[in-house]
Amino acid sequence: MRTLLETRLLPAIVVAVIVVILPYFFPSAYYFRVGALVFIFALAVVGLNLLMGFAGQVSLGHAGFLGIGAYSVVIGPVYFGLPSWLCVFVGATVSGAVAFLVGRPILRLKGHYLAVATLGFGLLVAIVLTNEAGWTGGPDGMSVPRLALFNWQVRGSDSWYWIAGATLVGGFVLALNLMESPTGRALQAIHDSEIAALVLGIDVARKKLTIFVISAMYASVAGSYLALFNGHVTPDIAGFLRSIELVAMVVLGGMGSIVGSLVGAAVLVVLPQALTIFHEYEQALLGFILMVFMIFLRRGIVPSVAATFAGRRK
Amino acid sequence: MAELLQFVFSGLTVGAIYALVALGFTLIYKASDIINFAQGEFVMLGGMTTVFVTLAGVSLPLAALIAIIVTTAIGLALHRFAIEPARGASPVALIMITIGASIFLRGVAQIIFDRRFHSLPSLFGGDPIKFGGAAILPQSLVVLASAMVIVTLLWLFIDRTLLGKAVIATAANRLAARLIGVDTRRIVDFSFAVSAAIGAIAGVLITPIALTSYDVGTLLALKGFAAAMLGGIGSALGAVVGGLLIGLFEAFAAGYLSSNYKDAVAFLIILVVLVSIPQGLFGRAKIERV
Amino acid sequence: MPPLQRFTVTTVIGFIALFAAVHLASAQIKIGSVLSVSGPASFLGDPEKKTLEIYVEEINAKGGVNGQKLQLIVYDDGGSADNARTFATRLVEEDKIAAMVGGSTTGSTLAMIPVFEDAKIPFISLAGAIQIIQPVRPWVFKTPHTDKMACEKIFADLKSRNLTTIALISGTDAFGKSMRDQCVSVAPNAGINIATEESYGPRDSDMTPQLTNIRNKAGVLAVVNPGFGQGPAIVTRNYRQLGITLPLYQSHGVASKQFIELAGPAAEGVRLPAAALLIADKLPANDPQKPVVVDYSRSYQQKTGQAVSTFGGHAYDGLMILVQAMQRAKSADKAKVRDEIERTKGYIGTGGIVNMSPTDHMGLDLSAFHMLEIKGGDWTLVPGT
Repeated sequence: MRTLLETRLLPAIVVAVIVVILPYFFPSAYYFRVGALVFIFALAVVGLNLLMGFAGQVSLGHAGFLGIGAYSVVIGPVYFGLPSWLCVFVGATVSGAVAFLVGRPILRLKGHYLAVATLGFGLLVAIVLTNEAGWTGGPDGMSVPRLALFNWQVRGSDSWYWIAGATLVGGFVLALNLMESPTGRALQAIHDSEIAALVLGIDVARKKLTIFVISAMYASVAGSYLALFNGHVTPDIAGFLRSIELVAMVVLGGMGSIVGSLVGAAVLVVLPQALTIFHEYEQALLGFILMVFMIFLRRGIVPSVAATFAGRRK
Repeated sequence: MAELLQFVFSGLTVGAIYALVALGFTLIYKASDIINFAQGEFVMLGGMTTVFVTLAGVSLPLAALIAIIVTTAIGLALHRFAIEPARGASPVALIMITIGASIFLRGVAQIIFDRRFHSLPSLFGGDPIKFGGAAILPQSLVVLASAMVIVTLLWLFIDRTLLGKAVIATAANRLAARLIGVDTRRIVDFSFAVSAAIGAIAGVLITPIALTSYDVGTLLALKGFAAAMLGGIGSALGAVVGGLLIGLFEAFAAGYLSSNYKDAVAFLIILVVLVSIPQGLFGRAKIERV
Repeated sequence: MPPLQRFTVTTVIGFIALFAAVHLASAQIKIGSVLSVSGPASFLGDPEKKTLEIYVEEINAKGGVNGQKLQLIVYDDGGSADNARTFATRLVEEDKIAAMVGGSTTGSTLAMIPVFEDAKIPFISLAGAIQIIQPVRPWVFKTPHTDKMACEKIFADLKSRNLTTIALISGTDAFGKSMRDQCVSVAPNAGINIATEESYGPRDSDMTPQLTNIRNKAGVLAVVNPGFGQGPAIVTRNYRQLGITLPLYQSHGVASKQFIELAGPAAEGVRLPAAALLIADKLPANDPQKPVVVDYSRSYQQKTGQAVSTFGGHAYDGLMILVQAMQRAKSADKAKVRDEIERTKGYIGTGGIVNMSPTDHMGLDLSAFHMLEIKGGDWTLVPGT
């Protein structure tokens, strides 16, 4: 038991337990839907958090990869007759390849310059998805063929809850292992000081590129899931506001905290649902709450709360 | 030839709008290293407040003045009540606060104003000036001229006044600035107030061309941010050149290539420029100390 | 208490209060709606929401439907199809609505259709595209005219004026793009030749390069601009700025007096297809739609202080078709109400006279559109249309 608690996979185990227990408190399928959305977004956020929290590189265009993933599960089955599950992998591969090609030149940029370059990349994806209506259905979007696994048509919110939950646990395990690997340690060195890392002989450019590709693949799988789950996809999925939302989830949950990724996604998915009873005021309140959280929990929810508890124990 | 000229006019019209928005990013960045994503909302507030104060029967110049004062106060409040309490937070956290502020301001604007589009009358009427077979609205020249005036004032202020030096000192090293007697909080206060005022002026001036609504800020901030980065963040001249260049890229792309892909072309060029000149056209490379 | 703790406690209490408030409210017949009240399509969702609220209140003041009060539940999807889908699930699973009126955009409507089809709940959409009702789905209806009809109406007018070679300039937003596609597909049948095409982004502030290219294209006799929001107003201004004298046609997307205010004097001479609602006061006294549209315009203007738009009218029609179907069914039973909606005959609404059938879940024909021309800063009916 002790070794289990001390293992580095503890966060993944905790998430697995949450995924299994939560449905006992769900009164209706709507809760399964919200839960599934939280897990799907959390998957993309874990990837982005690896990039932002561990490698210290900002991306304001990550929704572009959501878009690539989402449209691969439409274009693959509809135009090429490929099975949907295969297209999830195809999408991830395409996203990884795109990230590799785009990442090579732009990851040399620093800070805000990298932000604007990734922002440009995200916009390019959204523009292509909007304009190539022959393939993508244009701004009205396209309906997505349902996922079929071994003659099982996946349609209910509860099925997606389990698929997304299981994938998220897998994503956690992968991310946690990656952080402890030599690459992960090198990344943290880059985050602390790029020059110092260089001097130590770390191939900074290559490590950054690796993590950019991995984070793109996380986002792509999340995008595929989102499209399959919703049954309809529009270019909004790749929009600027989605990218901002992903970054907000990372920062709110806590940069560099894998558990924070889930918390950040949960807050920003659930909050708009809870705020609907304020009708007119919901947007103003959402902005206000976001500000308050960032002022009082500036390092993100999970690291700030953890620090408070650690402080008390002493 | 006439069409080339028309594309240039269009590029300058749109570019001047981006330039005015981009200018708002510079001063705050200079004093505090923050990219203020609520800058677009300052522009919106300038335009929308003027519209609604005029609807209440106030004359246009007075309404514009009220709008600028209101927006400046909001900029000041943003710093005092949201940015200052989070002092010491990471840059990303501070940017997140400005994003929260922009959602908040947009949310409030749709309640106290409305969700429709509005326009304002042009300063010198709506009749276009014809030149060489092309036409430009006088208001576009007003926007362009204002951008030039603001750049000059900013340059004079930062290079020629003690307060300006204090801004630079604050940006370079807050602690050191405080040690030599600079009230750094005041300086950042000041930079937020002036940036908000620049935003509000932009809002008043571009509304006759671009129209305004409660959610006009998002896209303007995005383009303005791109312009500021292209020019080199922190450089006022860079902001204006960046803005005008993006406007021209878009107009030429729409005119000669494809209007569907004009935004894409503009961003592709920005990517290429940044990859070849990583600190923007007029920016200075930051040296990282180990 | 330390600030962090105090903050946490307040937040938790706030949320408990919130959920308690949600579960207290209950009423007899629940009507759900998901509208794009904010975001890029707020142009549609805002008047739609106001209209639904005004009329649900009015119906309840008169005693409700079949002796039961209506309860309206509106969610704002912010223009996102993903959000619309989540709210649709919520309406079905949590709020347990009896019927749905809403879906401001085609994208959000298409995203929500599977939810209501699966749950077997009548769904009256307020969005334009023809894909919503073609193929016919048992539970899905819509009130606005299709984009295709708007194109046909414009093309008929062009044909009668012998302006058969045209240029298109459309917005790249959902509305503009969808109507552009329909116009391109019906043009050959209507005998119209589209010589050149341009587009602009939803938030662009200058379209002179695109219009310059259109001006330089030889043989163009007229220009058609599918789009909504502020785009058409700027196109119209730029059109006059460049001194183009070809006839300019706008779409039913500029369906409000606000367009004339925004475009100013440049709007003179612009033609567009529109529903009777826009010209309520100018309809001949014997027009069957006159009482309905005059009444709606008056209520809307009184309650909101804003000019009516066609989009609010779509919501009015959707609600009324639903309410009348419930009255005929003498219950709010979903299957019975669905059957009665499908049997709607001779309903006189703001958009036209609706005759639905098992093969037509919209029930409007081209006669619902009037061709208007802007003269002296006001709409006028083009004679003979």
